[in-house]
Parts: sequence; structure tokens; C-alpha cells
Amino acid sequence: MTRIEELVKEQADKHGRQRTSLMPILQAVVGSEHYLSEDALVAIARELDLSSADVFGTATFYTFLDTVPRGKYVIRVCKTITCHMKGKDEVIGALEDMLKVKLGGTTTDGKFSLLQANCLGWCHKGPVMLVNDEVYPEISAEKAVEIIGGYLKKG
Amino acid sequence: MENKMKKVDLIFDQVDHLAILDKSLQRTQDEIILDVIESGLRGRGGAGFPTGLKWKFAKNEEADQKYVICNADEGEPGTFKDREILTQVPDKVLAGMALCGYCIGATEGYIYLRAEYNFLLPMLHKAIDKFHKELKKRDFDFSIRICSGSGAYVCGEETALMESMEGKRGEPRNKPPFPTSSGYLGKPTSVNNVETLVFALMIAQEGPTQFKEMGTFDSRGSKVFSVSGDTPTPGIFELELGMTLEQFVNEFGDGDTKAVQVGGASGFCVARKDFKNTLIGFEGIPTGGSMMLFNSSRSMYNILNDYLEFMEEESCGQCTPCRVGCQQLVKGIEAVKKGVKPPAYLEELQKLSDTMRIASKCGLGQSVPNPFNSIIQNFREEIIY
Ligand SMILES: Cc1cc2nc3c(=O)[nH]c(=O)nc-3n(C[C@H](O)[C@H](O)[C@H](O)COP(=O)(O)O)c2cc1C
Ligand code: SF4
Ligand code: FES
Repeated sequence: MTRIEELVKEQADKHGRQRTSLMPILQAVVGSEHYLSEDALVAIARELDLSSADVFGTATFYTFLDTVPRGKYVIRVCKTITCHMKGKDEVIGALEDMLKVKLGGTTTDGKFSLLQANCLGWCHKGPVMLVNDEVYPEISAEKAVEIIGGYLKKG
Repeated sequence: MENKMKKVDLIFDQVDHLAILDKSLQRTQDEIILDVIESGLRGRGGAGFPTGLKWKFAKNEEADQKYVICNADEGEPGTFKDREILTQVPDKVLAGMALCGYCIGATEGYIYLRAEYNFLLPMLHKAIDKFHKELKKRDFDFSIRICSGSGAYVCGEETALMESMEGKRGEPRNKPPFPTSSGYLGKPTSVNNVETLVFALMIAQEGPTQFKEMGTFDSRGSKVFSVSGDTPTPGIFELELGMTLEQFVNEFGDGDTKAVQVGGASGFCVARKDFKNTLIGFEGIPTGGSMMLFNSSRSMYNILNDYLEFMEEESCGQCTPCRVGCQQLVKGIEAVKKGVKPPAYLEELQKLSDTMRIASKCGLGQSVPNPFNSIIQNFREEIIY
């Protein structure tokens, strides 16, 4: 068994092998691998006795179920209206400079992906960003750089 | 002018949720449902269906299993009140779900929580564990689980939500059948917004009169508003329904408000000249809570463009009017702005958006004309020049 197959089996043991188990399993694999590789999708299809096309169809529908490799820390800066008004472009610019990566890209060491997301539900405290599941409201360019600096140190 | 905007504290008030549940379990399902109908409570997630009727339909179905779903997908731009409710008074949400379960005869409840709120999971799991222990003591058969979303606005639409829970692409279903007859896994299901469930609990506690006496004929009670944009006081406020936009802007504006977007990206843009005659509520402009204020420094072109790009990205792509329509509207206003198309092209685009209202399968595509037509009509020059 490959490492991915083992991971999938472990998650299926935990969440079950019904169709309703699919989302939690996909989410768990993204949680530990940072994306869904083709191998992972095929392994999940096999484990749940679904067609790979079906699993691929579900996975590719959802923005947070990445099917391209992402960094260990995925930064999602809200780009929707009020955060746009309150300066999300400056935040993104500062992070691009800091991480030497373009929006949508991943740092060469595989540590950070810098993405945009639609409204994160903190419009009264924009701009706001998510780093994996952690939320950081009321940021500025400087504050964002400081926060990501903390993750850089964390390794 | 009299400012009759009243702040209310039904949602965030800390109450003994278990005492309310105990009291309710002594009454019959029909008595509680009648109270909820009598109160005039309408769903707080946007569509505004009468909550008591929804529960009655679900109750009247014969089935071996029924489900309660708490819709915590909250993806409408400018809405953040459900997150706050779940954070401040999670026990009231859980008790509201149990109350609904009791009324319709469901023993299983699910919270569909958007991925963006995953940081709430540890706290919610703790609250659910505690709640389950209390239910066990009472020998009351009801359990709650959480399903996480994965970043798709359309999954807030109740049938897309259930597709997602079933492990599929979040593509809305045809209605009918409605979820109350065939919902999650084909079983009768009551899908309720977070805020709706808490109001239902409070109505079970207080009786229908207090709630019914607030608000207007079509919009009873109070509502939690999410206020953002150009305002000195952004945040979350529970207000009595029935106010005009003028009253709202007097309270929350920065003195230079030129427009308010009521109801988020799928809502309507109201210009200053109409503040006075516009009621916030089902007889005027309804909102799931999102209120975004814009002052005269803002470009309405950029705002419309943001809304349309949002819809284009979030469209599930299942039906052509919405999938292609959103793309064409984004391209169309850009072409007019750049002078590639004449200003009269905007009328063509409005025809397209009217077609989307009629021909789209779900509320997402059907509501794109709301921001589009209202912004084009009110701020035509800003779109062209
Ligand atoms: C595109 C779209 C997104 C929606 N998003 C939400 C949402 O995030 N939360 C919500 O409660 N209702 C949302 N709704 C409305 C639901 O379909 C449904 O009407 C609601 O959850 C019912 O609960 P209520 O009667 O308590 O409002 C959405 C509808 C559409 C068309
Ligand atoms: S209207 Fe849009 S979101 Fe709704 S089903 Fe059609 S394509 Fe999907
Ligand atoms: S617009 Fe950024 S959080 Fe809502």
C-alpha cells in the first residue's frame, strides 16, 4: 500500500465508506497533503467503490478542495467588495513582495500559497485573510507581513 | 423626523436554553408550530418562507426518518451575523434545532458550516457534546452533527447544500419537490437559517405576541443586520424591522452615503434619492442581513464589477442562462466602459439579465438582475464614463 492509500483507508475507517463520507474524506486528505493528487482521487474512488470520474467531479467543484499542489500554509486574502474597498490589494502586494511569489502561486520551498477568496464573513473588519483555518481580521499590509513572518519562523 | 429604529436583544440575550426546551417538550408539536406561524416569523436566510409553515409541511410528511438542517453556509457578501450568533450563543442554535426536530419528528440534525468558519469547529463540537449529554438525561432522542463546506457560495442554496452533504457537486436541484417532502437523502427535511432557529426558540419561550407586535405586517419581529462599507460603526445589530433606509442611513451613514446595497451581491442597490421611500423588509427590499454602505468616493462601476465577478465565479455552471449570462454581463460592462460598445448596449445587457431572472434554475442566477439592473438604472453615467 502506498502512503496515500494508507491515508485514504485510515480516513475511510474513520468517516465510513458511504457516498456521504466523500466530502469529509476529501477534506481530510487536503488537510494533510495540502491538495488532492490524481493518485489520491483514484485511491478514494477505489476505497468508496465510486467511479473516479464521480470523485473527480465532486473534488473539482469546490474551491477549497485543491487539485493542484499547494503550500503547507495556504493564505487566502478576501477580495470581495468591502475588503476591496478597505485595501486588500495592498495586502496582496506586500505578501507578493515578501514571499517572492505571484498571486495564485506557491513559494519554491512549498511553504506558502498565496490566493484570493470570496467574502470570508468578516466584512466589518476587512481586510481579512485566512491562513489554513486561522482567520486574521483587520489586517493591513504591515500586519499581514508580520503575521506571515510568524509562520515563516514556525517552519 | 421621528427615528423609530429600535434595538432589540432577542438573539444575543443569554437564556436558559434547556429550560425553554423542557417547557416546549411539555407541549404538543402542533401547539408550538401554531405559535411559530402566529408570530409571523419568516426565514432569515434570504428567501423569507414562513418558518412555522415549513415545519408544519415537514411534520405532516410520513417517513421513517426526517432531518433538521441548520444552514450556516453564510456566503452572501456583506453577511457575517450567523458566525457571530454561532460564536456568542451556540447553545441557543442547538436548542432551536432540537425544537425543530421535536416539532417535525426528526431525530437527526446537521449543521452545514462553511469552510471559512472551520475555526469554530472545536468550540461547536464541545457545545454539541455537552448538549447531547443534557438530551440524554431527558431521554430525548436527537443528535447533531456538523458537515463542513469547502468554499462554494451556491451550497448555501438549500438543495445544493443537501447535494454537497450527500458527497456530490453542489448543484441545485429542481424544485418541486421541496426539501420538506424530499430533502437530504430523499427524506423530509427542514432547512433553516441559524438566526431563524434562534428566533423560533425565543418564540417558544415568549409566545408569539411579543415578536408579532414588532415590525410591520409582512415583516414581523426583529432581524440581525450585518453593517459594513463606508460607515463609522460597522458591525452586527439586531433591529426591529420596518425602518426605512433613510432611518438606517441616519444611524449608520458617514454623512456622505450615496448608495446602500441591501441584501448583498444578490440584493438591490438603492440610491440616495430613494432612501426615504424604501422600507427594509419583505414589503420593500428584503435582506438576509447584508447592508453595505457606499459614499461618494466609491466607483459604482467597480462595485458592480465586483458583484458580477463574484456571481460568475460562484455560478455552479449547471444552467446556461446563469453560466453564460454572468460571463457576458462582466464582459459587457467592461466593453461599454472602454467605449468598445455604445452606451445603448446597456439596455441589451438588461434584457439579458431579465432573461436570467426567468430562465435560471436557482436563486443565484435569478437574482443577478437585482444588483445589475438597480445599479445600471441608478448610476448609468458611472458605468459609461
Ligand atoms: C445562491 C444562494 C445562496 C444561499 N445562501 C444561504 C446561506 O448562506 N444561508 C442561508 O441560511 N440561506 C441561504 N440561502 C437560502 C436557502 O436556500 C434557504 O432558503 C434557507 O436556508 C432557508 O432557511 P430560512 O427559511 O430559515 O431562511 C441561499 C439561497 C441561494 C439561492
Ligand atoms: S442559476 Fe446558476 S447557480 Fe443556479 S443552478 Fe443555474 S448555473 Fe447553477
Ligand atoms: S468582503 Fe471580505 S470578508 Fe466580506
